[in-house]
Amino acid sequence: MDPRTTSRRNFLALAAGLPVAAATLAACGSSGPSSTNPSASAGGGGASAAAGGGASYWTLTGQPQEAIRKATVDRFNAANPGSTIALTMFQNDAYKQKIKTALGAGQAPTILWGWGGGGLKSWVDANQVEDLTPWFDSKPEIKNKIFPAAFGAATVNGKLYAMPGETVTPIVLFYDKRSFEKIGAQPPQSWGDIMDLVPKFNAKGIAPFSLGGQSRWTNMMWLEFLFDRIGGPEVFQAAFDGEKDAWSNPAAIQALTEMQKLITAGGFVKGFSSVTADSNADQALLYTGKAAMMVHGAWTYGNMKASGGDFVTGGHLGYMNFPGVDGGKGDPSNSVGNPGQYYSISAKATDAEKETAKKFFETAILDLEEQKAWIGSGNIPIAKGSDSLISGADADWLKFQYATASGAKSFVQSWDQALPPTQAEVLLDSIAKLFQLSISPQQFAANLNAVIGK
Amino acid sequence: MTAPPAVRRDRSAVSGGRSGSLAWLVVPALLVFVVFAVVPLFGVLYLSFTRWNGISTDIQLDGLNAWKAVLADPQLPHSLLVTFEIMALSWVAQTPLSVLLGVFLAGSQRYRGVLAVVFFIPLLLSSAAIAITWKALLDPNFGLGAGLGVPLLQQDWLGREGLAVAVVVFIVSWQYVPFHTLIYQGGVRQIPRSMYEAAELDGAGRVRQFFSITLPQLKYTIITSSTLMVVGSLTFFDLIFVLTAGGPGDATRVLALDMYKRGFMANLMGPASVIAVILVLVGLLLALVLRRLGGTDPNESMLEGA
Repeated sequence: MDPRTTSRRNFLALAAGLPVAAATLAACGSSGPSSTNPSASAGGGGASAAAGGGASYWTLTGQPQEAIRKATVDRFNAANPGSTIALTMFQNDAYKQKIKTALGAGQAPTILWGWGGGGLKSWVDANQVEDLTPWFDSKPEIKNKIFPAAFGAATVNGKLYAMPGETVTPIVLFYDKRSFEKIGAQPPQSWGDIMDLVPKFNAKGIAPFSLGGQSRWTNMMWLEFLFDRIGGPEVFQAAFDGEKDAWSNPAAIQALTEMQKLITAGGFVKGFSSVTADSNADQALLYTGKAAMMVHGAWTYGNMKASGGDFVTGGHLGYMNFPGVDGGKGDPSNSVGNPGQYYSISAKATDAEKETAKKFFETAILDLEEQKAWIGSGNIPIAKGSDSLISGADADWLKFQYATASGAKSFVQSWDQALPPTQAEVLLDSIAKLFQLSISPQQFAANLNAVIGK
Repeated sequence: MTAPPAVRRDRSAVSGGRSGSLAWLVVPALLVFVVFAVVPLFGVLYLSFTRWNGISTDIQLDGLNAWKAVLADPQLPHSLLVTFEIMALSWVAQTPLSVLLGVFLAGSQRYRGVLAVVFFIPLLLSSAAIAITWKALLDPNFGLGAGLGVPLLQQDWLGREGLAVAVVVFIVSWQYVPFHTLIYQGGVRQIPRSMYEAAELDGAGRVRQFFSITLPQLKYTIITSSTLMVVGSLTFFDLIFVLTAGGPGDATRVLALDMYKRGFMANLMGPASVIAVILVLVGLLLALVLRRLGGTDPNESMLEGA
């Protein structure tokens, strides 16, 4: 029951427990396109008589995800003895390298597991993955089964190149109910409320917001919300799509300006730029009552529960979606964070293999058993209706996460994950300087405009 | 690096059968040096003319583009400035302290021996451990200042630009002063007693003795220690990386850190290699200048009048 396990930042820690494990399944050898059942191909691969229906699938090790992924494949293979899937699992970093090499050498598996966003875009740009838009159009029931917001990071240039799956981790606004009682105020309903709360908390010696500023991506979460609430998801999408001068959008400049206003007003804990998120010091500021609010990933709940004494169990922790900005274009139900994980189909695969992969997507991914397994591990699967499976001590929290993720019309993927590494580094660097007030919003925009498309 | 500059001049004198037969002695060291220093150096030089993301097998030649990109980037002068700033400040902070401590510890009294061991302790710790410890102590919310309730210590030590640089210089000095003290202690013990005895007879006091005998006699020790400090400060990476990660903003982003960020965070191996080449050049230049400063006349005796 540890929501932190869904964090991509903890994948490393999780995956480190196991060496590269190759779990090949019984029916298929590891020799690629299997010819064990050429006649029984249920997928109807008419054109390729020689190739069977077997497909290969590469993904990551690391519990609890590993067991759930394997169980899903096992169920599919049991139900489809004629067109089975050979599963191979890699440790996180090994996978990233292996998949690049395999794609370059034309040895990619049929099903490629990924994080969507920038990584997926690089596969699309190299013409390595299949356009799934027509398939999704022909099977609307699949699209309807999944949170609509999960499709953003699967979309490149308006086309769908991946099937979303697994779990969602939104960024939310946490607050300490005790601090709000001390100043006799209510949690903020708008950006204006936030600015009004800042002097009130400061007067009582409580920092309005905790922030692990040295980690940089922590600051980024604020901009993700402000960009969305002020200009809507289109503002960042334009930058992601590589439109010229996308970061100079007036809404972007306004968001950056508001950000600096909050910093100047003393919105963040003293010394935030030397606090790191890796040490969980930012969470400690919230649960020790030194700060009243914190914008952070849902994965921090587990640690706050474990380390915060009675902070969580005593009902002092409050949580809500980030409020709207008055006059902003973005829908306040929108969310940001980790919208899901993604499965793509290799463009080099045979038709029969592609059919098997699509059948796997349609019948096995996020079936009821898999949903139950994800909920049981403290995660929210991106399937509609999975909230009915929630129970236990953290039910309220899980239901809130479900409501936030399922209700989001747009779910912006973490920027540093969505952008290619070169742009992501400039982004994080400029964000640190913006929060240090050493560059203006216009300079920030100019820095990032300069690396668009790199 | 500390070989006497007289080598070149002496070569003609010693050349001949004897040194020829012993030349093979240099082979193991030379081999290690070539394989682990010269070859990678040329590798980096080659990479600086390429375009490579560090992962793919496809390294494309890219002409001077990486050089142009780095040289036009305002980050380079800034990183150079920060590097030299930290270098100069840590030299200014360390040298007087090390000289004084070295002179003090050169005395033969027993309590000084005990103190020498105590002073030596920071040198036994790894930079990463030092950085993590200081970072925890300096935390404005949970650190030493907050714990003891001393508002003066409760500064945003690593979050304000000037302060962060000062803290880095302080911790670097704290870590390396013991090492340089050791060098000076050795240097002071080499000075002949007879010089001090003569000075005492002439009626020179402690202070006069220090400035007229000790300091001039330590000339070469100062140059050795300064070379180590200056060239060593070019490679400060671990401490700064853990302590501030180059922040706040880019206030403590020294060249080595800039190289790492470009190469391994932004996946730009070409520009990162350019920085690496610049680092090597700056280091060689500094070592050369320092040797010139000290070695004008190699035949000059330090023991004249002793």
